[in-house]
Amino acid sequence: MLNPTQAPEAGPVSAAAEAPLPGGSEITKARSLGQDAWRELRSNPIFWVSAVLLVLFLLMAAVPSLFTSTDPGHADLRNHYLGKPEWGHFFQPDWFGYNGQGQSVYARTIYGARASVIIGFCVTLGVTLVGGVIGMFAGYFGGLLDTLLSRLTDIFFGIPLLLGGMVLLQAFTHRTIWTVVLALATFGWMPLARVMRGAVITQKQADFVTAARALGAGTTRILLRHILPNTLAPVIVVATIALGGFVSTEATLSYLGIGLQSTVSWGVDISDAQNVLRDAPHVLLVPASFLSLTVLSFILLGDAVRDAFDPKLR
Amino acid sequence: MTTIEKTGAEPSARVEDADGGPLLEVRDLHVEFHTRDGVAKAVNGVNYSVSAGETLAVLGESGSGKSVTAQAIMGILDMPPGKIPQGEILFRGEDMLTMAPEERRKIRGRRIAMIFQDALSALNPVLSVGYQLGEMFRVHQGLSKKDAKAKAIELMERVRIPAAKERVGDYPHQFSGGMRQRIMIAMALALEPDLIIADEPTTALDVTVQAQVMDLLAELQREYNMGLILITHDLGVVADVADKIAVMYAGRIVETAPVHELYKRPAHPYTKGLLDSIPRLDHKGQELYAIKGLPPNLLKIPTGCAFNPRCPKAQDICTTEVPALAAVAEQDGTELPGRGSACHFWKETIHG
Amino acid sequence: MGRYVARRLLQMIPVFIGTTLLIFLMVYSLPGDPVKALFGQRASDPATVERLRHQFGLDKPLLTQYWDYITGLFRGDFGQSFTGRPVADLMADAFPVTIRLALLAFGIEIVIGVTLGVVTGLMRGKFLDRFVLVFTLIVTSIPVFVIGFVTVFLFGLKWKVITPTVQDSMDIAQLFAPAMVLGALSLAYVSRLTRTTVVENLRADYMRTALAKGLPRRRIIGVHLMRNSLIPVVTFLGTDLGTLMGGAIVTEGIFNIQGVGNTLFRAIQTSEGPTVVGIVTVLVLVYLVSSLVVDLLYAVLDPRIRYA
Repeated sequence: MLNPTQAPEAGPVSAAAEAPLPGGSEITKARSLGQDAWRELRSNPIFWVSAVLLVLFLLMAAVPSLFTSTDPGHADLRNHYLGKPEWGHFFQPDWFGYNGQGQSVYARTIYGARASVIIGFCVTLGVTLVGGVIGMFAGYFGGLLDTLLSRLTDIFFGIPLLLGGMVLLQAFTHRTIWTVVLALATFGWMPLARVMRGAVITQKQADFVTAARALGAGTTRILLRHILPNTLAPVIVVATIALGGFVSTEATLSYLGIGLQSTVSWGVDISDAQNVLRDAPHVLLVPASFLSLTVLSFILLGDAVRDAFDPKLR
Repeated sequence: MTTIEKTGAEPSARVEDADGGPLLEVRDLHVEFHTRDGVAKAVNGVNYSVSAGETLAVLGESGSGKSVTAQAIMGILDMPPGKIPQGEILFRGEDMLTMAPEERRKIRGRRIAMIFQDALSALNPVLSVGYQLGEMFRVHQGLSKKDAKAKAIELMERVRIPAAKERVGDYPHQFSGGMRQRIMIAMALALEPDLIIADEPTTALDVTVQAQVMDLLAELQREYNMGLILITHDLGVVADVADKIAVMYAGRIVETAPVHELYKRPAHPYTKGLLDSIPRLDHKGQELYAIKGLPPNLLKIPTGCAFNPRCPKAQDICTTEVPALAAVAEQDGTELPGRGSACHFWKETIHG
Repeated sequence: MGRYVARRLLQMIPVFIGTTLLIFLMVYSLPGDPVKALFGQRASDPATVERLRHQFGLDKPLLTQYWDYITGLFRGDFGQSFTGRPVADLMADAFPVTIRLALLAFGIEIVIGVTLGVVTGLMRGKFLDRFVLVFTLIVTSIPVFVIGFVTVFLFGLKWKVITPTVQDSMDIAQLFAPAMVLGALSLAYVSRLTRTTVVENLRADYMRTALAKGLPRRRIIGVHLMRNSLIPVVTFLGTDLGTLMGGAIVTEGIFNIQGVGNTLFRAIQTSEGPTVVGIVTVLVLVYLVSSLVVDLLYAVLDPRIRYA
């Protein structure tokens, strides 16, 4: 699959190599799938839009003070209770108005990025590791192990992510970012396992794996050197899109009151804002927009990566 | 049967060949594909004709434009990215490129039918072969489902599929490669068209099955007196069934000839190269001949004769001037009927 | 086929046991005492707590409790909620409401989603295609609860075209807005899936054959293209009805619909173990049955797939 070199129809390769080819050399130049994908990705504006957005959100999570000097916890009930946004005051505390406690919505939204980004990345890392390993073992070894692991996947698939997360988190009286990560990872690894299993089964039957085995390569070597690199594309795509989903689910849990507690987070803020929806919709809409934009960026990135690896669907 | 011809200068369909005119005539056809990397010129001025009962073999490597020409004739090119900037495709004297789409559709399948290379992907995987065969009758002749099914069974028997009655409800994947190709042939034959275009009909098959399928096709062609355009890259297939041959390279016809003449005395270095690269028993132990180099990039066809970078006889003129398809004559000047070569040095090639 | 169904049913048993055991363990073995939670903030009398624990069998070993629950299921007994009402009764109230809501969402999703997918697939690259693509991306990105709030805010509070909360769950007109919100994500997904398969199949060789046969466009699209393109869509839709029912937690909360989602949410909040386990058990059954139906449907739609 990664080897596009083919003997030309007309004759042996050596003959082709000797001849100077003024016109015909470009299209036959060998390129690897990865290089091709990167070339494709670079020329895709959607990739750049999502990448720039994601870098922004990452910066927000890492150094929120870069964007605002206002303390998100600072409440000034007297002056600013439910103050309306001043759309012209860029980067000022009252840019997006104030919430019910008189806190700057802008500052809270900037600081709220951190929880979402950390949870999104950690859960994705966790599910990729857990799901990847389970899927790889099931796909590669097959037989009884595959049956057992596939049933285990089925069992967890029976409980939706949000529901499982709720039940698990309800048991914790004190919930931090890490309990949320644990809960989401526990019920979020199954799609990765399925994708990995499918990819490994496909790769296992590929000719180059048979060739490697014929040459005496061991199981570990075949898995790590030959199969794993070729399963990365679908796993990366699914993981990127899933990351958006985890960010969204985390916010939903917080909104339901079973997620983060006493942390500045988009979900918590949206949840608090629902009671003042009628009078001050901006308190809800601003963090909701940031949240949606983050999820959108990840979905767009995943789409762009998939298109780059599989251009025929565009 | 209805006829789709409009009244005009041309004779009507049923008095075919009364004046000896060809069934299909392609005149100066150009096809290009507009891709992101540029314009790929797939067909660059092709002329050929086929009469009833005649078999024209179109020979060439992949990318030579032989299949694209066929798709242009059928009207099944993907447009865009494909485009036909100039040329005419006359079917019984009428230019199909200027016809109304609905008129053209009625020619497809009924008057001109096509057999595809890979029957497994060319047949719809989720519809039974009986349905797909019967569809021809239901759409073009308005037959009922039941009658169409009976016709489908008849067709399957016609192409000698065993137990046709039992297998009419089976799906394409349940047949062997050879049987599937017979179904493709049956589908093309269904309405007894005037012309069949077979695009590498045996390439995907085993050698033993290839001969059976070719024989069947040739037999049915004789029986119905159909014109046949046989597209192939296999010189062996051509020799037995074709009447005349057109060799294509980089979207042009580089040589035309009656079949046996071509094998005896090729008049183009490319044809000669193709013939020399056929493995021969009497040359056992010698190194196989191969045309050096690769087929040209259609985005950047070499100037002059497209074959010049690979041609053993190339001179300076070959890189600057495009050779026209010239009539080929004997050394004494008597013209050889039906022969032409697009080489500046055809004389040296055929007589040298 | 009968053998295949039998085998699949047998395979479902371990999954059913596994999933219900998983939820059972989570509800009853994790920290947080449901009986204490019953008393809320008030200090509780240890003797009363002990009596209640005994009454609900919470003093038995966990696996014994699970065994009692499973054997009870076969008698149609889902147990009793801590308030004393049989869980089966609770569900009999809640499920019809949610089923109505889910079916409505399902219908919207099929009609709009498939139509959009087919149209955009055929018009790939045109303005409408781009527009729908952007629209589906936005819908996919916005969490359901935000979509719900925006709907309530715009249509309910600002323009007053819908009632912000559902008063009567028998009234389809009132259920329409929540059904749209509930089905929005699936709708976006269905339309993208349909578009993808339509685009993919448009390039298939058999489409070229159909064209070469001289079939009218209506027939090429309607029979040859659709018959192939809808296979993955139908199979997706098959599992989605169950997903919609389980996913109603947020939507029902926003529109104050007294269905399964709301009941489940309240039960989780109050550590109402029997109710949580009961509802999840039914949802798991729905999921298992629908995935079986999907597999059977697949084999019916695609002759290349055999029951193996």
